Amino acid sequence: MNVLANWWDLRSLANPVNGLLGWLRDKGWDEIAYIVSGSIGAAAIGLFLGVAMLALIWVERRVIARIQIRRGPNRVGPQGLLQPVADAIKLMQKESLTPRLGDKWVFWLAPLLLFIPTVLTLGVVPFGDGMTVADLNVGVLFIIAVGSVMPLVVFMAGWSSNNKYSLLGAMRTIAMVLSYELPAVISLLSVVVLTGSMQLGEIINFQKDHNTWNVFLLPLPFAIYLIASLAEIGRSPYDIAEAESEIVAGYHTEYSGMKFGLFYAVELANALIIGGLFAVFFFGGWWTYYLDVIIPSWVLFFVKMLLGYWLFVWARGTVPRLRIDQSLKFSWQFLVPMGLLNVVLVAFEVALWYQLDAPGIILAPFAVINWLLTAGLIVGYVRLLKLEHTQTPRRLTLTEDVGIVTHVPAPSAAGYSAAGGSPA
Amino acid sequence: MTNFSTEPYVVNIGPQHPSTHGVFRMKVTLDGERITDAEMVVGYLHRSMEKLAEERTYTQNIPFTDRADYLSSMSNNLAYCLTAEKLAGIAVPERGEHIRVIMAELQRLANHCMAVGTFINDAGAWQTPLMWLFAEREKILDLFEMTCGARLTLNYMRIGGVSFDLPDEFVPACRRFIDQFPGRLDEVEQMLLENEILLARSKGIGVIPTVAAINASLTGPMLRASGVAWDIRKADPYSIYDRFAFRVPVGENGDSYDRFLVRLAEMRESVKIVDQALRALPGGPHKVDVPLSIRPPVGEAYARVEAPKGELGFYLVSDGGTSPWRFHMRPPSLINLSLLREMVIGLTIADAIVSFGSVDIVIGELDR
Amino acid sequence: MTAWLTGTAVAERIRERFPEAVVTANDVWVEVAAEQVAEVAAFLRDDPALAFEMATDVTAVDWEEYFEVVYHLQSITRNQFITLKVRPQDYADPVVPTLTGVWWGAHLQECEVYDLMGIRFAGHPNLRRLFLWEGFSGFPLRKSFLQIGQGRFRPGLPHFPKEGGDRGVISGPRWTEQEAGWRPGPTPGVRPHDDRRRYGHQQMGAVTPDSGQN
Repeated sequence: MNVLANWWDLRSLANPVNGLLGWLRDKGWDEIAYIVSGSIGAAAIGLFLGVAMLALIWVERRVIARIQIRRGPNRVGPQGLLQPVADAIKLMQKESLTPRLGDKWVFWLAPLLLFIPTVLTLGVVPFGDGMTVADLNVGVLFIIAVGSVMPLVVFMAGWSSNNKYSLLGAMRTIAMVLSYELPAVISLLSVVVLTGSMQLGEIINFQKDHNTWNVFLLPLPFAIYLIASLAEIGRSPYDIAEAESEIVAGYHTEYSGMKFGLFYAVELANALIIGGLFAVFFFGGWWTYYLDVIIPSWVLFFVKMLLGYWLFVWARGTVPRLRIDQSLKFSWQFLVPMGLLNVVLVAFEVALWYQLDAPGIILAPFAVINWLLTAGLIVGYVRLLKLEHTQTPRRLTLTEDVGIVTHVPAPSAAGYSAAGGSPA
Repeated sequence: MTNFSTEPYVVNIGPQHPSTHGVFRMKVTLDGERITDAEMVVGYLHRSMEKLAEERTYTQNIPFTDRADYLSSMSNNLAYCLTAEKLAGIAVPERGEHIRVIMAELQRLANHCMAVGTFINDAGAWQTPLMWLFAEREKILDLFEMTCGARLTLNYMRIGGVSFDLPDEFVPACRRFIDQFPGRLDEVEQMLLENEILLARSKGIGVIPTVAAINASLTGPMLRASGVAWDIRKADPYSIYDRFAFRVPVGENGDSYDRFLVRLAEMRESVKIVDQALRALPGGPHKVDVPLSIRPPVGEAYARVEAPKGELGFYLVSDGGTSPWRFHMRPPSLINLSLLREMVIGLTIADAIVSFGSVDIVIGELDR
Repeated sequence: MTAWLTGTAVAERIRERFPEAVVTANDVWVEVAAEQVAEVAAFLRDDPALAFEMATDVTAVDWEEYFEVVYHLQSITRNQFITLKVRPQDYADPVVPTLTGVWWGAHLQECEVYDLMGIRFAGHPNLRRLFLWEGFSGFPLRKSFLQIGQGRFRPGLPHFPKEGGDRGVISGPRWTEQEAGWRPGPTPGVRPHDDRRRYGHQQMGAVTPDSGQN
């Protein structure tokens, strides 16, 4: 972050802004510089969100369409690029219905409030070298704290809709977020312990200084955070809260028009942000092994962000949905203990590192040890709890003879008697 | 803290719901997410087909059967025509029989594509398997369109044969289709068969014990998944099914996953039957000349086929007139739901949807 | 290959156990007295030589003087098939005992028969209208309902029974006013200008009863 860098050096978009701010400071207008920097940041985030959402709808639909041997939107604009715009216009024209017996204020408020955590989270995300609106020194904590507002808002939406499906979806959301916040925090704790900072910029700098990505050092937290963040933002296979085939659309069943559009947009934006946080915590943020010298750092960051997002879209197009009790069980039985074990492991390594006052090269054996221990931990834990292959598929028997009852269960095994049953 | 009272949380799943495949309504009482009571409410699509059929001639009734189970109208046509032929004592020429078998088996493929796809959709996969199988179904519908001009409500079979002979390009097109179809099935199986989530969601869900399945008149894949080797094509071969070699898949657990497996396995067997029928396809007339308005002798006939969803039977009573005195259809979609309540009680909503989806119903046939 | 048993053969077997039960039997079906049908059905299911485990199909036929309830029974293990018939006593209020206790698969089908044909099944655990709504007047599959039938078409009810108000859809393909003796009139409680509002001014002459054109 060189304040005096040439403003035309677009490897960091912060350079022109810093040039402007530096000029203002030179004039002695410090307060104005403060206000201007805040406004520019806010405007940048707003612009980014707006453009990103429109783009993401297109990306999601096209990628899913490719997976499903379809073409996806391809009529409005070149390659269907303007389809999201058309969708947005359509959504704005639609009537915004409010349930008569619902809680009108809360119903109106929920989609608006849902936007706040999303925007706030973007404030601490380093989009490039020096391109952070506010690089808080408690950035990780801030992200977690702000993210935990989401279930409250979702419950507001579900409750105020006065719809049974909405309430079920809201209840599911609460259960899901409560269960998956914990492994997410624990996995980030490993990152924080290793890097020694909660500041996102510092986490990136740590990876840059030691020439490594955290994912090499912390494979288990990476996996846990991937799963937990998928669950938290409610993407497939954890789209339990808005499970279309079960509870119609969950908490936003009753929303229509642009209010529904906001829910949809927030879902996409959250996925994108999680992709960005992935890049920051585990893939070096904007730093990529000297590539950032040639390629603008923000381009690298966006690429990583979009790759993370693309992973989510891919998952959505591939896997079925878990049941809520299965997913909760998975979190509490597997993710939380694994994450805790890993925190202990990382803390021990870091203590050893500091104690020995060893050079950074010690991270290489740590990486090897961590990968081996991760594999061992997972296998051992699965063996311990006997979770392995409880569900094995079996091929059917094919027969030429009919009229044979091949499988007669024991009388006690029959759930209901032969002549049994009850009025349906 | 003592005055807590709970009331039953009654949720109407349907009539408009993404997973009821039409206007079916399941009224469930919930305790948390668990279903404590369920009741099915049907009839939203009732058209009184049986009454309408009583004032139309035997040939005029064929289109009604299309509209019953609109996802497998060939099988419906076949069942009805077989019954009418049995009643009137009409024999179908060889070529007609072969075409019927080809069409019925293609229809089974199309129907199972739909059934498997929607089942996985109900389990929460976001449309991907459905779309993959839809693409295959489209090819089958193209074959139908090539033959009779229609894609969904086909109205293809006639009393005494089929309405049109196969066009010249049908046989190579059909062969091309059945050559590539098992490969597509492999793809689907690769994606789904050992999918941990799908196993967790459908294994042991919606179990129907063997004895209960028989006693509740379940048929088709439902019965076979429960461990009963019963296929009318084998047990009571109609048309010329006794000439073809195929096997009957039988499940063991009677759960949703076994029903899914049975359908996948049946598709492979159907491909074999189509292949054999195409090889054996003789020349000659595709139908016998039956007057449009027949007067079968006084009497009654019950004939059934192994439709994709189960045993599809028609019961025709003739009083010697030009239209049936009684036209009754045995709808597998309805009767396979006989154990719906027993199946879903004690499950969560998510599981109930999965086990309901594994039944494979079509409301048009359920309500008629 | 399914053995389609003759009614006479099954009748013999039933007579060994229930001498009084069989009413008639021929090559296709066996008819059983309504009072004993439940016992006979249980016998048909449990007898090892018959073993009809499945009531494949349950339906009913209206013969205008009497009803017939028809059961198509299938044996899976022995692979045989028989048609069982029961004739309810009373045409006006037909009742037969339910076979739900013998074959659970009959329960939905008996509901359907009750719904459309109006035959009550005594002892059915939940006999209700399956397809039509509660309060629907009449049983559509009866020949007396919208008396249509081959060759001797008689328009019965001139309009379709409808909830609230009797101005329904005119049904029947060859319906004529003369035969029915019914003319479209104003719906009770609906004033003419309501119709005007609904149908527009242009069609007024064709719709309102006082225009003299109907």
